Amino acid sequence: MTTKAAERKAVRGTGREYWQRLGNNLKRDKWLYLLLVPGVIYFIVFKYLPMFGIVIAFENYVPYSGVLGSEWVGLKWFQSFFGYPDWITYLTNTLILSLMNLLFFFPAPIILALLLNEMRCLRYKKTLQTMLYVPHFISIVIVVSITFVMFGSSGIVYKLTAQLLGHPIKYMSSPDTFRWMIIGQTIWKETGWGTIIFLAALTNVDTQLYEAAMVDGAGRFRRLWHITLPAIRSTIVLMLILRMGSMLDTGYDHLILMANSMNRKVSQTLDVFVYQQGIQQGRFSYASAIGLMKSVVSVTLVLISNKIAHLMGEQGLY
Amino acid sequence: MDKTISSPNRKLKISSGPVGQSSSVGSRIFDIFNYVFLTLVAVTTILPFVYIIGASFATEYEIATRPMFFIPQNVSTAAYEFIFSSNKILRGFTNSIFITVCGTAINLFCTVTMAYALSKTRLRGRNFFLNMVIISMFFSGGMIPGYIVIANILNLSNTYWSVLLPGAISAYNMMIVKNFFQSIPQELEESASMDGCTDIGVLLKIVLPLSLPVLATFGLFYAVGHWNAYFGAMIYMKSAKEKWPLQVLLRELIILSNGSAGDMNNMDPEFIQPPEQSVKMAVIVVSTVPIMLVYPFLQKYFVKGVMVGALKG
Repeated sequence: MTTKAAERKAVRGTGREYWQRLGNNLKRDKWLYLLLVPGVIYFIVFKYLPMFGIVIAFENYVPYSGVLGSEWVGLKWFQSFFGYPDWITYLTNTLILSLMNLLFFFPAPIILALLLNEMRCLRYKKTLQTMLYVPHFISIVIVVSITFVMFGSSGIVYKLTAQLLGHPIKYMSSPDTFRWMIIGQTIWKETGWGTIIFLAALTNVDTQLYEAAMVDGAGRFRRLWHITLPAIRSTIVLMLILRMGSMLDTGYDHLILMANSMNRKVSQTLDVFVYQQGIQQGRFSYASAIGLMKSVVSVTLVLISNKIAHLMGEQGLY
Repeated sequence: MDKTISSPNRKLKISSGPVGQSSSVGSRIFDIFNYVFLTLVAVTTILPFVYIIGASFATEYEIATRPMFFIPQNVSTAAYEFIFSSNKILRGFTNSIFITVCGTAINLFCTVTMAYALSKTRLRGRNFFLNMVIISMFFSGGMIPGYIVIANILNLSNTYWSVLLPGAISAYNMMIVKNFFQSIPQELEESASMDGCTDIGVLLKIVLPLSLPVLATFGLFYAVGHWNAYFGAMIYMKSAKEKWPLQVLLRELIILSNGSAGDMNNMDPEFIQPPEQSVKMAVIVVSTVPIMLVYPFLQKYFVKGVMVGALKG
C-alpha cells in the first residue's frame, strides 16, 4: 500500500466510518439531493444519452430494434459517403460559405466597434448602439421572412433593381445570389451585437497610454494602430479560434429557410445535408456518421488554431 | 472609451480621438465621415422594420404601385383584421404564448433547483455533478442522436413536451445562477435553518426573494429563446399543425409560399394561394411586437451578460 492511499484512509477513517459519514451526509442533505433530481435527469437524458447515441453512426440503426439492438456495420456509412461523388460539392459549399463569412462578416464587428469607439458624443453613441442591437433579438425566421417580403418577386428591392437595371435580379431563388444573401443577413443581424465583446475589451485600455502617446505627438491613427488595436488583439484571436472551430458549421436553422429547389446546387452544405438525410429522409445512421465526422474535424481545427495562437504568443482559448 | 479627468482649472477629455484645439483637419474630416457613416449603418439596421410596419398598414394597391414609402397614404387595417380573423394565425399566436410561458416556467424551475443544490459546497458529489454540466457545454451528440432520443426513445413527437423539455436548462445560465446563489451571505441561510427550515424552505423563503432580479433576467433570456425558436417545433411537431407556434407558421406563410412548386407540396391548402404582401408584413409585425416590448430590458441585461462572459472567458 502506498503512503498516499494510507493517508486517504486516515482522512476518511476506516471503511465503516466512511460509510457512516456518507450516510449522515446524504441524510443531512436529502432535500438538496431532491432538488438536484430534475436537473440531473435533464442532463442525462438530453445531453448524455445523445452523446452515447453517436454509436448509431457505426450501426444500421432501425428505430424498431433500438440503439442497442441494431446491426453493427462498422465504417459502412463513412465509406458510402465518400463513395458518393457529391460529397465534394457539399464540402466546397460549406467551405465557400465559411470563408465568405470569415472574410466579410468576421471583420465587420471589429471595424464597427473601432468606429464606435472613436465617437465622443456618448449619448449619440448609446442611441446608435440601441438601434444596432435590435436585429440580434429577432428570430431568424422573421429575418428571412423580411428578406422574402423585400427581395422576393413582389418586394420593394426586387422592383427597384428591376427599374434601375432594366432587368430583375432573382435574389431569393438564384444560385448566384444565395451566398451573398446569407452573408448579408448575417451581417445585418449580428454585426451590431458582435461589437459588444470588442467594446468591452476596449474599456480595459488604460487611458494614460493615450495621454502618453499624445504627449509624444502621436496622431489619431497612430494611437488607433499602436494602442487601441493591440488592446483588442487577444479578443480578436480568441474569436478567430472559435470561428476556426466552426469552419464546417454553416448552421442549419438559417440555411434551410433560405434553401429551395432552385438554389440546391449551392445551398447544400454538410449541415443541410445532415438535416435532409437524417430528419427529412430518416437515414439516421448515415446522417450521424456525417455529423460525427464534422465534429471530429471541428475539434481538430480548434486544437490546431489554438496551438498557432500559443506560438504567436497569445493566450488562446485555454 | 472616453473618460473625463478633472484638473484644477480645466477638464481634459481623453479618448483615442482628437483633443481640443490640437485636432488636425484630417482628424475632423474623419470625425464627420465617422458620424455620418455610423448613422447610416444604424438607420439601415432598423429601416426594414420601419418599412414593414408602414407597409402593413397600407393597401395592397399602394404596396404594388408606390416604389418606396414609409408612411402609407391610405391607412388600412385590413391586413390586421384578416390576421385576427384567421383561426390559424390566432392559434399560432396562442401556441407561441403557451410554449413561451410554460417553457420559461420549466426552465426557471429546473435551473433554480439545480443551481441551488450545486451552490452548496458541502454537498457530497458536487464536483461530479458540476463536471457533468461543464462537459456537456463542450461536447454534444449532435442533431441526429438528439432527435432520436426525443422522437424515438421518449416518443415526444407531436406533443408540446418536444419543444418544452429539450432546452430545459442552459448550462451556461445555470452556472451563473449558481454563482449568484453562492454570493448570498451564508449567515442569512444559516439563521433560517437554525429556526428549523429545511433546505427547500430556505430556498423558498430566503434565497428566492433575494434573487428576484436575477430570476427576472434569466426568465427573460429563456422567454426570448422560446418565442424565437422554430426548429424544434418544425421537426418534432411536423404533423401536429394545431400545435405550431407562430414562427413555424410564418415559415410556411412567407417562406414556403415564395418557393418553387416542389417546396409547396407540404403546404396547407388554406394558404396555397400566397397571402397578400400586406398580410405577410402584418404577421411579421405581430410576431415581432412581443420582442420589441421587452427590448429595453433585453438590451440592459443581455449586454451585461455578454460582458460577464467576456471578462470571465
